[in-house]
Amino acid sequence: MPDPDPAGDPALRILPCGDTALTVELGETIDPRLNARVLALEARVLAARLPGLVETVPTYRSLTLHIDPLVTDPARVASAVRELARGALSPPARRRLWRVPVVYGGAFGIDLDAVAERHGLTPAKIVEHHASPEYRVVMLGFLPGYAYLSGLDPRLALSRRPSPRPVTPAGTISIGGAQALIASIAAPSGWHLLGRTPVRSFAPGRDPVFLFAPGDAIRFVPTDPARFDALDRAAAAGEPVAERVEADAAEVP
Amino acid sequence: MSGAHLLVLACGAATGLQDGGRSGYQRQGLSGSGAMDRLALAAANALVGNPPETVAVELALAGARLRAVGGVVRLALAGAPFALSLDGEAVGDHRSFCLREGATLALAPPRRGVFAYLAVAGGIPVPERLGSRALHLRAGLGGVDGRLLRAGDRLPVGAPAGAGADRTIDPLPLDSEAPVRVVPGPQADHFPDAAVAAFLSATYAVSNRADRMGYQLDGPAVAHGERGFNIVSDATVAGSIQVPGSGLPIVLMADRQTTGGYPKIATVISADLRRVAQRRPGEPLRFEAVSVERAVALAREAAAVRAALPVRLRAVISREERLMAANLAGNAVDALAP
Repeated sequence: MPDPDPAGDPALRILPCGDTALTVELGETIDPRLNARVLALEARVLAARLPGLVETVPTYRSLTLHIDPLVTDPARVASAVRELARGALSPPARRRLWRVPVVYGGAFGIDLDAVAERHGLTPAKIVEHHASPEYRVVMLGFLPGYAYLSGLDPRLALSRRPSPRPVTPAGTISIGGAQALIASIAAPSGWHLLGRTPVRSFAPGRDPVFLFAPGDAIRFVPTDPARFDALDRAAAAGEPVAERVEADAAEVP
Repeated sequence: MSGAHLLVLACGAATGLQDGGRSGYQRQGLSGSGAMDRLALAAANALVGNPPETVAVELALAGARLRAVGGVVRLALAGAPFALSLDGEAVGDHRSFCLREGATLALAPPRRGVFAYLAVAGGIPVPERLGSRALHLRAGLGGVDGRLLRAGDRLPVGAPAGAGADRTIDPLPLDSEAPVRVVPGPQADHFPDAAVAAFLSATYAVSNRADRMGYQLDGPAVAHGERGFNIVSDATVAGSIQVPGSGLPIVLMADRQTTGGYPKIATVISADLRRVAQRRPGEPLRFEAVSVERAVALAREAAAVRAALPVRLRAVISREERLMAANLAGNAVDALAP
């Protein structure tokens, strides 16, 4: 059962996930600062090289640790994590920024006009609001390479479609509630489809297979439909197509 | 490579290659895949002298036909008891045998269980993808070109560790009626206590919507509490039991989504996950709560059983040898007779 730690972070709870995992919950909200603390805790956990730790999964607001129950057990890992969670959890000094080309509207983003209508704005304004902020990858999950982003302009927030579409294409750029998403492969979705990117955040035949990591910064760069095919061919040939900038956190424009 | 390969003549729609699965990519959204019944995979591999997590052909309910081309191939099947025949002549499951060059192995659907593993001495050296040969169908990764097997596929055969011999092992227990053990949580506190108690006392049935991603259950709906059926997405594990808006639980399996936004009432312990996997649509499923400590102890017991598989192998005695042994015994009895 969840058990709060009287001496540590009052919001930190350890949630049992059977014998092969445990979830360290730092909160229950969508909040970029909360996510930054999750990623900082993950960095500490990985640096500690805990025996029997198989892999970690950071999400918006929690960190799941997959463990080998033949080597360790959840109680032992939980007490180690409580120790590691003491003190301020500050985000890393270096980070990566990706510039991701997007073709908005038309056949590339079939919901753009409807979203504009719902908000009483022009489609061009929706594009401007969507392409202006710097987003953060708060979680890669659901399917391989699906990048969930924080930082959506609140003026774009829109509850999900009442019924999901059975298939949405690879590279779909969509919004749902207060979240934004870069989809990697075709899948059902109830989100609003604003555009498409030729960038493949997951490509089984490419090195690296995955482009984005939790904590990465993302900027969308509106692109001409005429450019999509050329970029798509380059991406199919293994080019990242997204431009990567690495810098100290303070230096990234 | 042995020079031999296996030609797939026919196979069911859900036949694919699986091994012990991959790890390290869940933080990027890729679940581990791997055999739905790891004990059966280990048993099939033990029978042909392979390491326990060597890649094998995973069969699910539907049969298959394969032919050895370019050499002799040693094979064994473990898990759900598919009926095997070699060029029309029956051979048993849970034993290893040689498929001569040009000979055809037919596997007919089992009467119980779902998954079985056809292990090949020397393994099936398709390329590793992200550290494993396991097929993750949704991701298009692993197996043969990231897809399920189909007629015409040629499976490479690796060099076996030794000459090999026909071995047999007691069939693995499949369809015990005992409850599947779960650890409550991670979001059991999302549900009223009465709903958790009702979930633990109910009898569910595996629905038709059951695959390598998850087993949707039919039965009494689990009531959500005041906090509803949405959570801010967090991670899943193999065995997570999530309860979507319908209230009908879904047990997440090897190819599951790595994160999800439904509360998870409980988690099937790793030792019992194969028992869920082997349940067919319509078959009953009940749950029983255990502590994390008990789940860890049971995981260690299951690992000990798996590690002991090679010791439990026995030589296969041919019919002639059996007859001769019976005759010798008969003679001995005769000799003792007055």
